[in-house]
Amino acid sequence: MPPWLSLMWTSFWPLLWAGLAFTVPLTLLSFAGGLALGFLTALTRLFAPAWLAAVARFYVWLIRGTPLMVQLFIIFYGLPSVGIVLDAFPAALIGFVLNVGAYTSEVLRAAILSVPKGQWEASYSIGMTWAQTMRRTVLPLATRVAVPPLSNSFIALIKDTSLAAAVTVPEMFQAAQRIASVTYEPLILYCETALIYLLFSSVLSTLQNRLEIRVARHVANPGHGR
Amino acid sequence: MIRLRGIEKSFGDLHVLKGIDLTIAEGSVTALIGPSGSGKSTLLRSVNLLELPQAGTMSLGDTTVTFHAGARPPTEQLYAVRRATGMVFQDFQLFAHRSVLGNVMESLITVHRWSYAQARERALSLLDKVGMRHKAEAWPATLSGGQQQRVAIARALAPSPRVLLCDEPTSALDPELAAEVVEVLGQLAKEGMTMLMATHDLRLAATIAHNVVFLDGGYVVETGSARDVFTRPSQARTAGFVASLRDALPDWSI
Repeated sequence: MPPWLSLMWTSFWPLLWAGLAFTVPLTLLSFAGGLALGFLTALTRLFAPAWLAAVARFYVWLIRGTPLMVQLFIIFYGLPSVGIVLDAFPAALIGFVLNVGAYTSEVLRAAILSVPKGQWEASYSIGMTWAQTMRRTVLPLATRVAVPPLSNSFIALIKDTSLAAAVTVPEMFQAAQRIASVTYEPLILYCETALIYLLFSSVLSTLQNRLEIRVARHVANPGHGR
Repeated sequence: MIRLRGIEKSFGDLHVLKGIDLTIAEGSVTALIGPSGSGKSTLLRSVNLLELPQAGTMSLGDTTVTFHAGARPPTEQLYAVRRATGMVFQDFQLFAHRSVLGNVMESLITVHRWSYAQARERALSLLDKVGMRHKAEAWPATLSGGQQQRVAIARALAPSPRVLLCDEPTSALDPELAAEVVEVLGQLAKEGMTMLMATHDLRLAATIAHNVVFLDGGYVVETGSARDVFTRPSQARTAGFVASLRDALPDWSI
């Protein structure tokens, strides 16, 4: 076995382990939390009193207008100055949740707005309440619209979690840096890391495609548009 | 069974309904006719409170709603009215993510908490009535407009409303497809369903409606039996409008 291949082989397991132990959980938790926050933010912007909607708009503006890396540094390195000390993983998680929440809120808001007014009225006309209309009619229809852009956010997030290395989370990219610093083979290590990210993204893209087909099945029929 | 008194509705500066009085008897079929912008659609949508008038009162069965500008009627009145009325829309508005059967079952399951089996049974019998049982498992997007509208009628009838409101039910359909919808509505009328419909479709109004209400500029201009309004209207404005409808159908004779 050539030395570069054996280096890849021996470093593969620690890298994969760092990916499975930190990159994947950080991605999943950040996305779940961010989606929940984004949903609340979207509902607030659409349906809450004006002052509360303005708070939500301010949050989205603030997060989308500043770099994710700077946000993570403020949370992990900055907040201890005012007595808020967080471990690396929770600090990164909070940063990612805030970030994902801001971006997905815009996707969800647009998706909810895309549901025709007539579908709300049809629901009201059969006696449904606002909450029933939301749950039974608007959200299922909005989901169809939201899934493709949300999947993009999700795949972007997998890769963005590598920024957590900068706030000392021992995720996959940090593991690669550590190994590279002792083996002096940065090219091999970082290419290998890129390949593992590619693997993760590809698996998730496949799942995304299946989900898209599933949520769009009622419009994938012939005769649509009549 | 429905009594409207002094109904006023404005959208901003646009005064659409200017004190409408209207009474609809149980088992009667009333057609609202009038030019575009006359307020017939708004009036119809006010009856199931999709639009909230700013003044006036409405009685529907045992429920009386009094309207005030800027105030919503009490929630229990709102839902009592919505449950007592069914609505058929010009553009059908079937739930795109539910099958034909799912569309008809929705109110029974979600609003009335029926069991799945009971709801399914009632939905299938209603689909039978509108001739759509064979499409029970189909998605709305695969149906013709006439088929979609017949399913929409079944959906509106599912919770047994006391009155069926139809907002231009045939306007989005070509004449052949409109005919199948008119046939279904005619059958319902024969069975004694109380109906109020806004329509431009002379065939629909003349063959099904007992009473015709001519609206223009936010006022009720003329009310009478379908035959009287179409053959010997008492107001010049009505005569002009009816003539314009007839001109579209040169060999029409009523």
